[in-house]
Amino acid sequence: MTDLLYSEEEEALRAAVRDLLTDHCDAPGVIARTESGTAHDPALWKALSDGMGLAGLLVPESLGGQGASHREVAVVLEELGRAVAPVPYLTSAVVATEALLACEGEAAAQLLTGLASGRTIGVLAVSFATAPGVVFKAVRHENGSLHGELTGIADAAAADVLLVPAEDGALYAVNADAVTITPQVSLDLTRPVAKVTFDGARALLVTSDASAAVRRALRAGAGLLSSEQLGLADWSLTETVRYLKERKQFNRPVGGFQALKHRLAQLWLEVVNTRAAARNAADALATGGEDVDVAVAVAQAYAAPVAVHAAEEALQLHAGIGMTWEHPVHLYLKRAKADSIAYGTAGAHREALAKLVDLQAP
Amino acid sequence: MTDSAELRRRTQELLAAHPPATTERVDFLKARFDAGLAWVHYPEGLGGLGAPRTLQAVVDAELEAAGAPDNDPRRIGIGLGMAAPTILRYGTEEQQQRYLRPLWTGEEVWCQLFSEPGAGSDLAALGTRAVREGDDWVVNGQKVWTSSAHLARWAILIARTDPDVPKHAGITYFICDMTDPGVEVRPLRQITGEAEFNEVFLTDVRVPDSQRLGEVGDGWRVAQTTLNNERVAIGGMRLPREGGMIGPVSKTWRERPELRTHDLHQRLLKLWVEAEVARLTGERLRQQLAVGQPGPEGAGMKLAFARLNQEISGLEVELLGEEGLLYEDWTMRRPELVDFTGRDAGYRYLRSKGNSIEGGTSEILLNIVAERVLGLPSEPRTDKDVAWKDLAR
Repeated sequence: MTDLLYSEEEEALRAAVRDLLTDHCDAPGVIARTESGTAHDPALWKALSDGMGLAGLLVPESLGGQGASHREVAVVLEELGRAVAPVPYLTSAVVATEALLACEGEAAAQLLTGLASGRTIGVLAVSFATAPGVVFKAVRHENGSLHGELTGIADAAAADVLLVPAEDGALYAVNADAVTITPQVSLDLTRPVAKVTFDGARALLVTSDASAAVRRALRAGAGLLSSEQLGLADWSLTETVRYLKERKQFNRPVGGFQALKHRLAQLWLEVVNTRAAARNAADALATGGEDVDVAVAVAQAYAAPVAVHAAEEALQLHAGIGMTWEHPVHLYLKRAKADSIAYGTAGAHREALAKLVDLQAP
Repeated sequence: MTDSAELRRRTQELLAAHPPATTERVDFLKARFDAGLAWVHYPEGLGGLGAPRTLQAVVDAELEAAGAPDNDPRRIGIGLGMAAPTILRYGTEEQQQRYLRPLWTGEEVWCQLFSEPGAGSDLAALGTRAVREGDDWVVNGQKVWTSSAHLARWAILIARTDPDVPKHAGITYFICDMTDPGVEVRPLRQITGEAEFNEVFLTDVRVPDSQRLGEVGDGWRVAQTTLNNERVAIGGMRLPREGGMIGPVSKTWRERPELRTHDLHQRLLKLWVEAEVARLTGERLRQQLAVGQPGPEGAGMKLAFARLNQEISGLEVELLGEEGLLYEDWTMRRPELVDFTGRDAGYRYLRSKGNSIEGGTSEILLNIVAERVLGLPSEPRTDKDVAWKDLAR
């Protein structure tokens, strides 16, 4: 049966990650970094990957990873979401890693070893908005090199290596210094997207079946993104409750007004539901089986709107201060809204469900 | 320590001594109670063995496999879910011995005399009076929304025994004999056309003091046990995927493509996801309980199911189109139990309107979540230090 709880080890992992983030990823620091020209935090990434070995959770021990499962990764993502941490964890340690885990051969194994250590950051060169199972854009492969342009590639600016699907149906690895990466002005400042231009970039064949690798990668990304969304929504609720207990108007704490209490109680209910859906998806991904596609689609269809709702409520209930640049709620709203598109919108996942559970469109 | 192997052995012993095929239903249930296999977490001698609650499933599975009769828990839900835990916690040994066995076997049905026309969400404002006369209490008042009152042998009753103290302090909890003179049950016809509930009029009903549960004036605290168990019972069902109201409408969608529209498709998928997620939350709550980490999720389950049931059944009526214009039957009936998914969509739509009212309105439950789970300030209490008799009514 699906295990929807957290194990003691998972709770210990959560505590360790949260401690690290408390010390090295505070909101003013994240806000300052968004304006510094390097959105990503290499020191934090090093602490997470080198220090704690978290980049290799999904990678087998034989390739230098931890041989853990999606359940542990989900816990890490909850905490990273709670901190809107500017690190390429979802893109490199989950999505690029999953793509490589779908591939056989020496090239994939070597790349996995690099990704597991965290010393190499890998990014799948498919638009961040792509839902699992839908058609994605590919570039042209000619005589061992790639030509073309891809947009909306999340965390490309931080990448050392890109995994690139080509029109010949294969997946190639390309070094980041062999391509032109042009940052796009992103809605989510903590996980920017970029345009990648290939002008005869030298490419290493990873697998001839890019489609299966990309599908697996995006499915894991979508399913585990719900844990990031859970962390984000949980922060929004907790922080708003804390603020409304302190903030006084009309000689009362604002949190004592029933109109606001009911909204927060409703939000709590949504967060509780999201936790069940996200845990279900993580456990399904970890254990495999027939139900994974349904579990992922349900989690993503449910969690994405909740995260947006939570951040929007946080902003509204903080009122004026919530509209400012100095208060971190905007980071959460931007991340939540971008996440609601990432790896397929809720609508795209509902459409997938319609087929999976036989509730066909007219 | 009673473990699952031990429970399996005891269950097989019960089945060997009382073969279901040749034993009268009630006799089997009595024997099961006496063997401590009725509710294994109850104490020995009161239908249980003091075993972990989670092991009940072991017994139930063995008995079901052997074709043993069950005690029709839906029909006696108020007794099982509300009266029994309260009697277990606050009853005297004599009361426990007298009431629990026939309650569990279903020989005696229970109802609950709590709500009044003037005391719904503000239940502690109730005005039914109980006045001490020798060894008896004389009860006068009116109760409402009483399911099963027309079938019940016993009722759990809260009444005001001291009007001169603030409202929560002057309440006492009793067991009322529904066959006593002065108890009058009148059907209360509802929106669905049927009379599932009753009004109960109490006129000079004499309740012996030996039928009091807990101390005089402590009835509000006793009632909390009842009410907490009610909410657990309402939210605690275990469902397979599509096990609730989403099941019938999904089936109709699959079988009748001519009814499909794009708008309904979008709404159906959204509700399907929400129903599946609510089911997972319930499953997660059960897993927490099983490992002894009860979470506050239960407080939200009733809220979620109320809204879902209403939205899903509302959608279903629309999906049926011209058939949605029809209703099964407006004849006033007196059902013994509520059948949520077995009736037609129109009935489900109307009946589910009660889901956000019965057992605490959704608005009150949102307050409870906000205050007890999130720790937000409580509502202003203008009645806190005022004697009940001085409150505005």
